[in-house]
Amino acid sequence: MALALSVAVAVTLGPADVSLVNVRDILLNHLRLADIPVRAAEDAIVWEERLPRALVAAACGAGLGLCGAILQSLLRNPLADPFVLGVSSGASTGAVLIGVLGIGGGALGVSGGAFIGALAAFGVVLLLARFSTGGTSSVVLAGVASTQFFSALTSLVVFGFADADETRGVMFWLLGSLEGMRWDDVVLLSVVVAAGGVICIASARSLDAFAFGEDVAASLGIHVARTRVLLLVLTALLTAALVSVAGAIGFVGLVLPHAARLLFGQLHSRVIPATAALGAVFMVWVDAASRVVFAPTPLPVGVGTALVGVPVFVLLLVRRRGHA
Amino acid sequence: MTLHAERVSWRRGGALVVDGVTVQPAPGSTVALLGPNGSGKSSLLRLLQGVARPDTGTVTLDGADLSGMRRREIARAVATVTQHAETDADIIVRDVVRLGRTPHRPLLGGDTAEDERAIDRALAHVGLTEKARQRWHTLSGGERQRAHIARALAQEPRELLLDEPTNHLDIRHQLELLALVAELPVTAVIALHDLNLAAMFCDVVLVLRSGRVVAGGPPADVLTPALIADVYGVRAHVAHDHVSGRISVAFQAGAPEPLHVAP
Repeated sequence: MALALSVAVAVTLGPADVSLVNVRDILLNHLRLADIPVRAAEDAIVWEERLPRALVAAACGAGLGLCGAILQSLLRNPLADPFVLGVSSGASTGAVLIGVLGIGGGALGVSGGAFIGALAAFGVVLLLARFSTGGTSSVVLAGVASTQFFSALTSLVVFGFADADETRGVMFWLLGSLEGMRWDDVVLLSVVVAAGGVICIASARSLDAFAFGEDVAASLGIHVARTRVLLLVLTALLTAALVSVAGAIGFVGLVLPHAARLLFGQLHSRVIPATAALGAVFMVWVDAASRVVFAPTPLPVGVGTALVGVPVFVLLLVRRRGHA
Repeated sequence: MTLHAERVSWRRGGALVVDGVTVQPAPGSTVALLGPNGSGKSSLLRLLQGVARPDTGTVTLDGADLSGMRRREIARAVATVTQHAETDADIIVRDVVRLGRTPHRPLLGGDTAEDERAIDRALAHVGLTEKARQRWHTLSGGERQRAHIARALAQEPRELLLDEPTNHLDIRHQLELLALVAELPVTAVIALHDLNLAAMFCDVVLVLRSGRVVAGGPPADVLTPALIADVYGVRAHVAHDHVSGRISVAFQAGAPEPLHVAP
């Protein structure tokens, strides 16, 4: 409900004024439930631009939140987020290799490059973690290490080969951007996020069992290795898909699961849906704000999430100290 | 029939940590695994739990090989309490105990009335009914360990494996905890450091050194000054209490006589 309302209101915001009633009419028209005369310009803005964008924002928020919730529980690390696996930096490297150097001859496109880069980085992280002791902290360490490496690689390519225009484009993409989202993006991400969400909810009980570590989880009948690989691969695929469409949007995956836990307790059967819902609503609003605040210049949405996310996160940390 | 280990060996990182060990606890009995650090107590418990597979030998549950069973199936019969399992999660005691129902529940779907009853029974058994709504972090060390036992009991196991459950507990809580475990209607295998606790609460002790069983049987028969000197390298006096039939061990300063020192 809150999500539907957020999307509807967010769609009305922007340089061109569109009222909620107009939005409703336009939606009804497109769903073939009505035939109400509306202005063509408004129709185009809402249906072709703002609505897909708001829906992609919602899918990104939900997906990133899910990934964060899963990783924080699985790795037993409150600082884990989708980017701890090195996935986003790998995606950036893939994107700049294609976008700036033109590797692959345009057959892949920047999104394809980002997707492949993301999975390659994830593979590197898993290999690194395997070569060390294999525990959960080594996954985090390997992720941090490969994040640094791929960021350096990205900078190298940008520094060495990109002209000013390309640099600006890459920067925008690295910070996350929901410019120019289309309906096929909406369909792709909704399917991916919905599928991921179903698997996450089905894994809620297993994730609860990880609260006291892997030994206890194993004694509770959880197949620890299988569960860990399944969920790590799931989060990697989900993150790669999101990042390849919308760029690296930070802090949603880190902060939203904590907010959901504060509001709804620790049990994953509640945390997971709550995180997805909060993430979706949060992103819709941040994206709307980032479109409006500096209009007509759009702010990269990742900047907005970090500007809101970091203070919230600091607040959570301080609260945590208060408890201990 | 129960949980049996038949001549199991396990090589871990090049070293043989369990070497041809056979454990066959009588149903309902309490068995102590004794031995110095690194003697293979914890490794043996991992094999019994089925989280690790022996290189040779078999662990069986009711005659079925553990390595062929699903983890959920095992977890419905065998519960484990490790030493010092901690969490950062802000979770209440009842939800910790609820984790014990994990192997009994379907993938989706809520708790049944039977789940709630099992949780109630487990909490009552360890005397934590009053504290069920308290947060984990407000519990004392002894209460946390009892909560873990309640969590294991909520699994409704027939076998309970405990790895040094009394570590970090004061003496009163050590005694209470082992008295609780010895009374439980399950077969219990407990890795212990304290010989007196083993002598007080266990029906059988199994002494390990370098992964091998060097002695096994009732505490009064096994825990002799000669064996303690041989396995632990310390001097000890063993007193027999003729009323209870139990023994108690008093340690003495200084190295044991050369005669008893292990080669």
